[in-house]
Amino acid sequence: MFDFVKEPVLAAQDFFLLSGRALKNIFRRPHYGDDIILQMDTIGVGSLPIVVLIGFFSGAVMALQMSRALAQYGQIGRTGQLVSLTLVRELGPVLTAIMVAGRNSTGIASELGSMKVTEQIDAMRALGTDPVQKLVTPRLIATATMLPLLTIIADFVGMFGGFIVARFFLGLLTRQYWMSVWRGLEWYVDVTQGLVKPFVFAFVVSLVGCFYGLRTTGGTQGVGRSTTQAMVVATVLIFVIDLLLTKIFISTGGS
Amino acid sequence: MPGESREPALRFENVSVFFDDQPALADLTFEARGGQSHVILGAAGSGKTVLLKTAMGLIKPHSGRVLVFGEDISRMNERQLFDIRSRIGMLFQESALFDSLTIEENVAYPLLNQKAIHCPSCDVLPRVTRALEFVELGGTLEKFPAELSGGMRRRAAIARAVVTEPPLQMYDSPTAGLDPITAHTIMALLIKERDVSRATTLMVTHRYQDGNLMANFRYNSEKGSLEPARNGDRATARTTFMVMKEGRLIFEGDQDELEASHDPYIAKFFKQRT
Ligand SMILES: Nc1ncnc2c1ncn2[C@@H]1O[C@H](COP(=O)(O)OP(=O)(O)OP(=O)(O)O)[C@@H](O)[C@H]1O
Ligand SMILES: [Mg+2]
Repeated sequence: MFDFVKEPVLAAQDFFLLSGRALKNIFRRPHYGDDIILQMDTIGVGSLPIVVLIGFFSGAVMALQMSRALAQYGQIGRTGQLVSLTLVRELGPVLTAIMVAGRNSTGIASELGSMKVTEQIDAMRALGTDPVQKLVTPRLIATATMLPLLTIIADFVGMFGGFIVARFFLGLLTRQYWMSVWRGLEWYVDVTQGLVKPFVFAFVVSLVGCFYGLRTTGGTQGVGRSTTQAMVVATVLIFVIDLLLTKIFISTGGS
Repeated sequence: MPGESREPALRFENVSVFFDDQPALADLTFEARGGQSHVILGAAGSGKTVLLKTAMGLIKPHSGRVLVFGEDISRMNERQLFDIRSRIGMLFQESALFDSLTIEENVAYPLLNQKAIHCPSCDVLPRVTRALEFVELGGTLEKFPAELSGGMRRRAAIARAVVTEPPLQMYDSPTAGLDPITAHTIMALLIKERDVSRATTLMVTHRYQDGNLMANFRYNSEKGSLEPARNGDRATARTTFMVMKEGRLIFEGDQDELEASHDPYIAKFFKQRT
């Protein structure tokens, strides 16, 4: 009767088992340092252009929208404040995580998926390597370090995008904009919130990709399916977890 | 020298494996003695690959026991299995070379990653080169698997499987999808490897002539080619044929017994001989 819930429950269980093993391996030898560096390069450096672009345009468009609302109250000078607040708390972490999910959850799922269907994962186990240690843990470590960094970059580029709009379309003074940006941030709360979120999203982005990759069956067609599933599940989880985290931050007296 | 011995290198005792309640191996029992060759025939989906993967502990049996060199691997965890696996060489059906590594790194992989193999780093390159020369791929060290032809990839995968000189060697469909000439070259390599290393060999194949070569030919190191084993030579006696059908082992015996069989499923295999 409960057959239809059996599969998702089992999948969730497998996902947590994989996560547990990946985490445990962080403290176990052997460490594959080369793989970590390589993944940092593909995930971090590789995502930089798109993160910068998205950051810039979302900051700019935010400034435009906010200024219209603020203009009604004659408060256009506070544009920077609203831009920095929304960017650091919400848009920066969420948009960056979604961009990186689009690039890397899918990339990881298809890479591990094709390794699975061509028996390379089996070969790895046969030749004395734990695939979780060699493939999953390096991707987890790399994402968990790079995603917060990318988010910080996106935040700053976004503020700069807001600045361009404020300066050239809204006629605000440079100093006026940046002072208001500065005032918008409550340092302790916003910085923790802005960094804890990407750190948690990093687990979603990397582990969901690895999970669907390693579960791939059914040849090249299966690889396509895993890739899509990884993208959809990672994106949905990012939004759900964002809501949970925001709620936690607010009720623990954040703001 | 790991010649013919009493102790079975591999032993299956009532092994069953299921995928989604469908049996892939059903109550399978057989043993492979040290130094013997086994040729495993069977239609597509009859469980041949699952058999080899179960023998390596890559798939856990749902019931029964698998003994490799006398040790029960069916209850071992992954870390304990690494030791046993370092004594088994496996050629996967899809070759399974690592795409991101060069041929040299692929062949060096078991030497560098199997803890039970103690290979000083200065020995790695000479051994890799020797293994690649053995399969006549001496000039491809720097290439990536994607740059090789299907037959070359298969040979590189054979080099990776035998570079550690494992006493148990398993080949999953080594000639599948290759033209007859390349297929013959691969078979010659496998027979050469068997005769040089005296390892226990399990070979899965669709082609009866591969089994026939395995059973009746041996490698002549002076001429560098295959020659018929003389009558009464141990080659024939050492080769056992096994036929799989829907996860069950329906025949086990030597070549004469196989060719005497009237079962149409079994007869299909040796009738295809050209
Ligand atoms: N990972 C898996 N998940 C589900 N079913 C599987 C899996 N691996 C094998 N099977 C099933 O087990 C059965 C035996 O498969 P196996 O791969 O051993 O066939 P085979 O004899 O090697 O065939 P072929 O000659 O085509 O390689 C098949 O019915 C297959 O669908
Ligand atoms: Mg097979």
